[in-house]
Amino acid sequence: MIQELHFPWLEVGIILPLVGGGICACLTDSVRAQKVAIFVAGLTLLLAVGEWVDFSMVGSFEAHDHWDLTQRLTGRDNILVIDELSAPLPALSSLLFLLTILSTLRTKLDRFSMSLTLFSESIVLATLSCHDPWLLIVLLSLAVLPPWIELVRRGVSPRVFLIHMGAFIVLLVAGRLLLGDAATGGQASGLSATLLTVAALLRAGVVPVHCWMADLLEKATFGTAILFLTPMTGAFAVMHLVLPVVPVWAIRSIAILSLITAVYSAGMALVQKDARRFFCYLFLSHSSLVLSKLELVNVIGMTGALCVWISVGLSLTGFGLTIRAVESRIGRISLDRFHGMYEHTPTLAGLFLLTGLASIGFPGTIGFVGMELLIEGCVEVYPLVGLSLVLASALNGISILRAWFRIFTGVPLQSSVSLKSQFAERFAVVLLALLILGGGLWPQPGVASRHHAAKSLMDLRHQRATVAGSQAVETMATGRSASEASHP
Amino acid sequence: MLTFAGILVVLSPAVLVALFGISTLLRTPVGETVYSRCTAAAVSTGLAAAVWILVAMLMTDDRQVEVSLGDWVRIPAAAEQHAGEPPGGAVGVSPHALDEPHFHFTMKFMFDRLSVPFVIMTFVLCGVISAFASRYLHRDGGFQRFFLFLSFFLLGMILSSAAGTIETLFFGWELVGLSSALLVAFFHDRRGPVVNGLRVWSIYRLADAAFLIGAMSLHHLSGSGDFSGLAGQGVWPEGRVDIPQQSVLLVGCLFLFAAAGKSALVPFSGWLPRAMEGPTPSSAVFYGALSVHLGAFLLLRISPLLDRSPVLSGLVVLLGAVTCVFAAMAARVQSDIKSSLAFASLIQVSIIVVEIGLGFRYLPLVHIIGHACLRTLQLVRAPSLLKDYNSMINALGGVAERRSALEQSRYQRMYRFAMNRGNLDSILDEFVVRPFTAALLWSDRLERRWTNWLSGENK
Repeated sequence: MIQELHFPWLEVGIILPLVGGGICACLTDSVRAQKVAIFVAGLTLLLAVGEWVDFSMVGSFEAHDHWDLTQRLTGRDNILVIDELSAPLPALSSLLFLLTILSTLRTKLDRFSMSLTLFSESIVLATLSCHDPWLLIVLLSLAVLPPWIELVRRGVSPRVFLIHMGAFIVLLVAGRLLLGDAATGGQASGLSATLLTVAALLRAGVVPVHCWMADLLEKATFGTAILFLTPMTGAFAVMHLVLPVVPVWAIRSIAILSLITAVYSAGMALVQKDARRFFCYLFLSHSSLVLSKLELVNVIGMTGALCVWISVGLSLTGFGLTIRAVESRIGRISLDRFHGMYEHTPTLAGLFLLTGLASIGFPGTIGFVGMELLIEGCVEVYPLVGLSLVLASALNGISILRAWFRIFTGVPLQSSVSLKSQFAERFAVVLLALLILGGGLWPQPGVASRHHAAKSLMDLRHQRATVAGSQAVETMATGRSASEASHP
Repeated sequence: MLTFAGILVVLSPAVLVALFGISTLLRTPVGETVYSRCTAAAVSTGLAAAVWILVAMLMTDDRQVEVSLGDWVRIPAAAEQHAGEPPGGAVGVSPHALDEPHFHFTMKFMFDRLSVPFVIMTFVLCGVISAFASRYLHRDGGFQRFFLFLSFFLLGMILSSAAGTIETLFFGWELVGLSSALLVAFFHDRRGPVVNGLRVWSIYRLADAAFLIGAMSLHHLSGSGDFSGLAGQGVWPEGRVDIPQQSVLLVGCLFLFAAAGKSALVPFSGWLPRAMEGPTPSSAVFYGALSVHLGAFLLLRISPLLDRSPVLSGLVVLLGAVTCVFAAMAARVQSDIKSSLAFASLIQVSIIVVEIGLGFRYLPLVHIIGHACLRTLQLVRAPSLLKDYNSMINALGGVAERRSALEQSRYQRMYRFAMNRGNLDSILDEFVVRPFTAALLWSDRLERRWTNWLSGENK
């Protein structure tokens, strides 16, 4: 029996941005649309935080909304459910949406659609609380629409994005259809598992099917691309749709390829000449690290992976927003030369460094303990994996400082207008910085919560493995008795 | 009382970092005097507390004072979690959960014969340098930035020196690395310092990676990250480890790699003269006095591992000796004072490493303190070198003619080798960095071609 929250946080949190997006679409004045979007995104954040607090008070592994309107409408139980793993994710995603909307400069309002952003927020929040596999697939498919519409509006080719996302959806649907009885707790057959694994690799951007990510970042607005990537709905989908049903070989394949991606992307970030592509590979490296460790058989490692999930979401969004703020002043940033932005925007320079270092788990930041746990978990089980992880982290650290030097140092840029950061930009990134430092200096509550989630997940996996094992024994026994009956 | 003093030692630089960090983040206009006085106050407080600990230790003959701030992060083992439950209480717990490992990150500081002299030396030299820099960098645009980085460096050095666990040492180690790299690139409107800062950072990151793996392996092997646990019942330097020799060799090699990166031992020596691009006060305190000795400090701290493995000790001696010969040659041909002093520092550091490898413990410690103080003085005097040099020539009555005992061709070969600083940087660039980046750039081109083909674009 799933516990009930004290308020329909999830449903209201999903409907509110949807309504807000509709209002924004009707407004012709983009400045007013931004104000409405800020208000709606702020309110959504409050609801998401309320849901998280309420869930903590309930003290159960899973909980659904009070009144459960979706059940009344669809007649099906537990479609929108929040659990230990996903409880903080809606709050994190809402925060990322709010800060991105808030830090959008007026000069960029005609390119960055508020209505599509709020629509995306609604889909992301629904995805993070959805436990129905088919609805989850629908939501993941719908999430592709806002970036695609934006690419079309900007007059650039959306083919790379569409081919990859289309393949992801087709493979996911085919894999789920072929699952048959396995969908209710068993294990997928060879073909089904292969299709689901490839789908997972596509959505997570694992090498060699990762090129859509760099393409999206190069062609879409930076804000849209950040919001499509940093909530890491891909990893969430893999955890809910793929990992529970595929056999061990498929999980191992995802983990190994993710690990290769983490090291490869860290290296690629080091040689990029464009700041957006650099961000893409940096993000890819970190998200792959999270994905590669979600299959760990060890609670410490799993706790680390879940901690890094949160820290990477926070820090890389801050990092992306800082690059976006600089980009809105000097255009596309080439990492081939020195831009000398330090004198104009010292606060942004500091925050760029802080968020970047937080993403690699620098001491004193939110990522530090997560990385320590991750490496500790790996060294214990797979020493070579631990080595790769540390190597990826070291390369990422070098590329972050290289980018910082290229953007902020050099002969100070001469400009006839002020390039100082605006209050909204500073507020957005300072808030993230405070969360990053706060989480780094007082990590115990976050780690305890993620450890509890990791433990529950491991127990769930253990129970599933036991059920699958007993089913296999039963099948073997039935087969043996049938063959004995036919050949007495 | 000693616990309070121990906390004060760590807290004073931490408060300084918080003050400077917040004022920088919020862009609060703070004058030079406030920065200098805050630094002086923090250094004086920390120094007084450290001296207090030293005096108390001497008076009570207590050789080790541990100050634990408790667990910063703690994940209890399943058995611990279920300890208070009734016998049937853990029915729902899966069997694997009972084997769960626990994790704790303890903020523990250890004041012993190794850390106390290091802490005192750090406070003294940072205090001297901050007083020097407040005049040297007066009205410089980067005055506040310098003091912010110096505060990070001070905190990093204190955390590393007084660390009671390997994780705390890593915490400080990383802070030292970042502040060093940023200070090398202090004059950031010029390309040279920035490029050199990035090189220093790159070497540090690789050294940090080795350190982290070594630390985690040690944690795994010894069951805890505490130095007191690692050293068994004995206090430094008499501790003994109870870890298999092969594991000791592996972990020790990782730490040796980390120490080589931090102390600029061969093959990483190239970064040391490059680091002199920073302002003179930072060069003095980082690369002449403190930071460059951190590798040697690490080797002293893990000396129980060296005692356990003669092979590891042999490697330490070998690395120190090779670096010493190289640095001695390179130092003789440098044409600028800071590079010359950098290699002179390296000679001493490598001798210290040899001493550690040979099994000495107090001798290298005394050597570090003496060398750090002398080199700081020489580096802060470096800007007035010409005046000193002329005074010396006048006193001597002329320059003595130098003659080489080597035949001309061999002399020239060695001269070229020394002038090119052993081509160490070129070798690393040619055989490690270039193939690596070439392969990645090739992949990048391939990826771009693939996405362009998919999207039907011809860029």
